[in-house]
Amino acid sequence: MYSVMWSEHCSYKSSKIHLKRFAALDQVTPRGPLLAGIGDNAGAVDIGHGYAITFKSESHNHPSFVEPHQGAATGVGGIVRDILAMGARPIAVMDGLRFGPLDAPDTARVLPGVVSGVGFYGNCLGLPNIGGELYFDQCYAGNPLVNALSVGVMRHEDLKFAKAIGAGNKVVLYGASTGADGIGGASVLASETFDDTKESKRPAVQVGDPFMEKLLIECTLELFAAGVVIALQDLGAAGISCATSELASAGDGGMHVTLDLVPLRDNTMTAEEILMSESQERMMAICTPEDLDRFMEICNKWEVQATVIGEVIKGDRLLIDWKGQRIVDVDPRSVAHDGPTYDRPAYRPDWIDALNADHDNNLPRAGAGGELADQVLAIVGSPNLCDRSWVTDQYDRFVRGNSVLAQPEDSGMLRIDEISNLGISLSTDANGRYCLLNPYYGAQLALCEAYRNVAVGGAEPVAVTDCLNLGSPEDPEVMWQFTEVIKGLVDACAFLGIPVTGGNVSFYNQTGGMNIMPTPQIGVLGVIDDVRLRVRTGFRTPGDVVYLIGETKQELGGSAWAETIHSHLGGIPPVPNLDAEKKLAAVMQQAARQELVSSAHDLSEGGLAIALTESCLRHGLGVTVRLPEGDPTVALFSETPARVVASVRFERAEQFEALCAEHDVPCHRLGEVNQEPELVVEGQFKLPVEQIRSVWQATIPAAMS
Amino acid sequence: MTLVVVDVMPKPEILDPQGKAVTSSLHRLGYQGLEVRQGRRFEITVNGDLTDERMAEIREAAEKLLCNTVIETFDVRVEKQ
Repeated sequence: MYSVMWSEHCSYKSSKIHLKRFAALDQVTPRGPLLAGIGDNAGAVDIGHGYAITFKSESHNHPSFVEPHQGAATGVGGIVRDILAMGARPIAVMDGLRFGPLDAPDTARVLPGVVSGVGFYGNCLGLPNIGGELYFDQCYAGNPLVNALSVGVMRHEDLKFAKAIGAGNKVVLYGASTGADGIGGASVLASETFDDTKESKRPAVQVGDPFMEKLLIECTLELFAAGVVIALQDLGAAGISCATSELASAGDGGMHVTLDLVPLRDNTMTAEEILMSESQERMMAICTPEDLDRFMEICNKWEVQATVIGEVIKGDRLLIDWKGQRIVDVDPRSVAHDGPTYDRPAYRPDWIDALNADHDNNLPRAGAGGELADQVLAIVGSPNLCDRSWVTDQYDRFVRGNSVLAQPEDSGMLRIDEISNLGISLSTDANGRYCLLNPYYGAQLALCEAYRNVAVGGAEPVAVTDCLNLGSPEDPEVMWQFTEVIKGLVDACAFLGIPVTGGNVSFYNQTGGMNIMPTPQIGVLGVIDDVRLRVRTGFRTPGDVVYLIGETKQELGGSAWAETIHSHLGGIPPVPNLDAEKKLAAVMQQAARQELVSSAHDLSEGGLAIALTESCLRHGLGVTVRLPEGDPTVALFSETPARVVASVRFERAEQFEALCAEHDVPCHRLGEVNQEPELVVEGQFKLPVEQIRSVWQATIPAAMS
Repeated sequence: MTLVVVDVMPKPEILDPQGKAVTSSLHRLGYQGLEVRQGRRFEITVNGDLTDERMAEIREAAEKLLCNTVIETFDVRVEKQ
């Protein structure tokens, strides 16, 4: 039990002392105090009108490599149960996916499996998938990243905490039976390097059953509504041993469990196997003896098996019996909370100075306009920026009927209240290349991009969840990257005034001794008072004035341009400008409220070139732009953050310029939207939108066929 | 012509949602005490003689394509000669 509970995956032993810094942030969002934060199953944010939103992201990287479809599916299932355990109804999911090169043979096995797994589980549950990321890099070959995010909504009074209180109260295990699948998944798969996929490790995979999970969701919500649940915990990594020790240690007494009562799928299982099984679709609840009949009645209605396996007792021990013998007698706090804490050595890598010196800014630039046009097409069709619909078309993004924005928009947006049109918005972003060059800036850039994506849609960013994917913590260089990532996030969150509400750390992402690039996946939650005022991407009206908002610098370090055109990575990533992000977000929210902009799209990978082409592709309109003085490569491909391309109706242009000036945000008039579907960069080149489209659409289908 | 059959079954420790659904439908129809696990059966017609090499080839094909060996097991046998 200790070996699993004190594994890296469950105890966060290498990361705990650093994660404390998140808890030191003000636990207040721009919309008020947090209702639940780090340490609870998931964070909960007050969004007004009596609603609370809970959201969290989690990784399922290693299982998804062993068995892509089931690994990814159970990743979605697990994060959805986390949200459910807070008392919320899950309402959407997102996924951040990273694979080896698109043309690598293993990607052809892992990518379709992961995508079908994410789609299968989410679609069967009836949850819209409203956005995410898809990214390819050599460092993820043999160690894909599958980060799933889920969001749920509840009324304030429904918020539940996982605390087993009140001696004499019953411990009820409900949901699926316990089988011998996924034993030791937490300690074996998630906390070990992956060089040898031995046969013996393979049963650590679980198979999910989304229809069971759907029953579990409806059953749990009815149990809440009936008021018969005192505390609730989902069963994930380390199964019953984790749920009992966490519930008991957070409560006011001990717990006594008789393992013989656990319903099994396989009667030959040993006590250890029952304790450690990671069978999916199970929950553990605490219920008073008086409410037990009602509890069982509701479970029966939903055909969900429920069994009393023990009770809360006085004292402070967790007692577990099996076949008449006491097999566990421990202090649950020692299991759940007093795991070892390592302050692992961190060392700034020697190679980083040389990497930073070999700057992408020094790479040769395109000469004539025709060469620029070729570069635009190459970047548009590159695996990391091409059309994602091969993936996203496998996901249902509109089920439940409240998705007002979904991919390919900058953020996913959901209507929460059908009367007031109150809504939320979510974006999740990461950039491993920036983080390799400078993990402090890289983490901030991921946060800034998610923050900006939420703001561009017209929402106010309020809170953060993170899923920090790194290599082996036993490597001091990885620990250095990790501490820099945390510092970057803490500093940026403090400046932006948004708290980190929870998340997860995934270490040991490495293959053949090579660590992945540090990849903190950052999710930002936003709130919008009226979703009807949201701003979409894509030019939609010919004659609209096109603006570039924000300042452009020569920042090609870690850019898509350097990767695609020169296959090079070096230098310093763009420098985050938190003050500019904050001002830009304020402008975008005001512009949405005053209905000033017809469309807006954030600038990130690929810079202005990608923002313009994507805006044209959306509705098949063209644009004519005049680049500012200076190097056209910088104007088109620099990835300076805190920038947005917006189109504004001609008669609103002056008002929009005044709004930018009022917030001290530079805005440059680039050109106008045209009926003629052509991307025209004056003095440089012209590209028909349909030509861009065919390049953009071809990449992934060609690799997957 | 020889018929070779490949039976694929979910590993015993792995959850089998399809089998579970069939089991509960049987219960609803009144068939009690039956537990179902559901797999797949492939019938492979072999042209020419069934040599040891041919069998080895079929086994290899089963492992590569017909069976997901992470969560399933398979069995290859000759049905009729």
